[in-house]
Amino acid sequence: MSEIGSWKVKTGLAEMLKGGVIMDVTTPEQAKIAEEAGACAVMALERVPSDIRAAGGVARMADPTIIQRIMEAVSIPVMAKARIGHFVEAQILEALGADYIDESEVLTPADDMYHIDKHAFKVPFVCGARNLGEALRRIGEGAAMIRTKGEPGTGNVVEAVRHMRTVMSDIRKLTTMPKEELMTAAKEMGAPYDLVVYVAENGKLPVVNFAAGGIATPADAALMMQLGVDGIFVGSGIFKSSDPKARAKAVVLATTHFNDPKTLADISKDLGEAMPGLEISTIAENQRMQERGW
Amino acid sequence: MQGAFREHRFALESLGCDVTEVRKPSDLEGVQGLVLPGGESTAMAKLLQSDGLGDRIKQLAAKDLPLFGTCAGMILLAKDIDGSDQYRLGLMDVTVRRNAFGRQIASFETDLSVPALGSHPVRAVFIRAPYVAKVAPNVGILAEHEGKIVFIRQGNMLASAFHPELTPDKRVHEYFLKMVSEYR
Repeated sequence: MSEIGSWKVKTGLAEMLKGGVIMDVTTPEQAKIAEEAGACAVMALERVPSDIRAAGGVARMADPTIIQRIMEAVSIPVMAKARIGHFVEAQILEALGADYIDESEVLTPADDMYHIDKHAFKVPFVCGARNLGEALRRIGEGAAMIRTKGEPGTGNVVEAVRHMRTVMSDIRKLTTMPKEELMTAAKEMGAPYDLVVYVAENGKLPVVNFAAGGIATPADAALMMQLGVDGIFVGSGIFKSSDPKARAKAVVLATTHFNDPKTLADISKDLGEAMPGLEISTIAENQRMQERGW
Repeated sequence: MQGAFREHRFALESLGCDVTEVRKPSDLEGVQGLVLPGGESTAMAKLLQSDGLGDRIKQLAAKDLPLFGTCAGMILLAKDIDGSDQYRLGLMDVTVRRNAFGRQIASFETDLSVPALGSHPVRAVFIRAPYVAKVAPNVGILAEHEGKIVFIRQGNMLASAFHPELTPDKRVHEYFLKMVSEYR
């Protein structure tokens, strides 16, 4: 018996992306540069997060033409973003044939209470999380892949680090708890009980976990890998830098050789200017994208 | 490498193997069998080219090092890739077609009959999978899905379009380990 869009098939694609870099692109030309640099997938967007931040207003799903042209330009998987809770944007992206949907806090949320029922789709979803409870709520809703939220469009890795450390420390706490404490832990973190039990027994999330939100340099990518993520999303970090080609390649190599400081030193040479960075405390709390999602 | 190497590692370790991860040519020292995992073949090709890892693998394959490629690994092993000039190791006398079953939305799992592994079918997970469009007479066909070749062997080399590392059934990995012991 054959089955399309099964849980195994959805989580399986994320497994194939591990150890790789997923790059935000806004044109077919950028998508080609990403593929040529060794990206394992691209995220098709109308604007990268730092431009979305600068533009303000309401950020929505990209024009389908942009996504389609990027799908035609490259052979690697193409992801696209839908607004939190906007299940019709997700239906449109599925109909276009996008390989993965990011229900993303980078766009303006369409629902202030509920996320998309991702089990209802054949296409797999990735969602952002700042802690284990949030990650398990998203997986409970059907996300087949998780990423840290970080603070998108800042070129500042501190929030991604904080979110990854929080998830890892939440996981460690669960693994040391006796079984009778798990239900209360599930209640307190607002996570489905069966997934809390899975994490307590296995010491890891049931899906692949990538880093996102503020990664700008090869060293940032290697830092996140050493903290235990499975792979890297780079948003504005590539195409807002002075030499996108060289930086794209360097971030890919750094993600592979993340444990090899000598190689990292070579990779990090002569890359030109990184994207301009933003100190998190200068962003008003209601402007922080990571606060979006429930 | 990039891709599903951890699942292969778990599968092989559960069968009692010592497993090491290969990222650069020196990592190949002492290796008795090499798995090229699923992932993105273009991304893996960049890494194979970047520091001579691909050339070293080709040298060892010529000395009968057993190789097993899954999905992207199968693409890298093929001599010809339909409609593409991307880098490959080019060791198996076959033509493969990339993303041949369609995009992710068409990815599927199915019961696959593999006579060489017994009468019980293998639950095979296909993810943006390739298939083999053409084989030379010296290539053995181990399984087909709806008339498309998806599992092949040529001497010391084994390749599958599906992902045996994603399912608990270990028969495909056992088959590869038997090849490794034959060539030791």
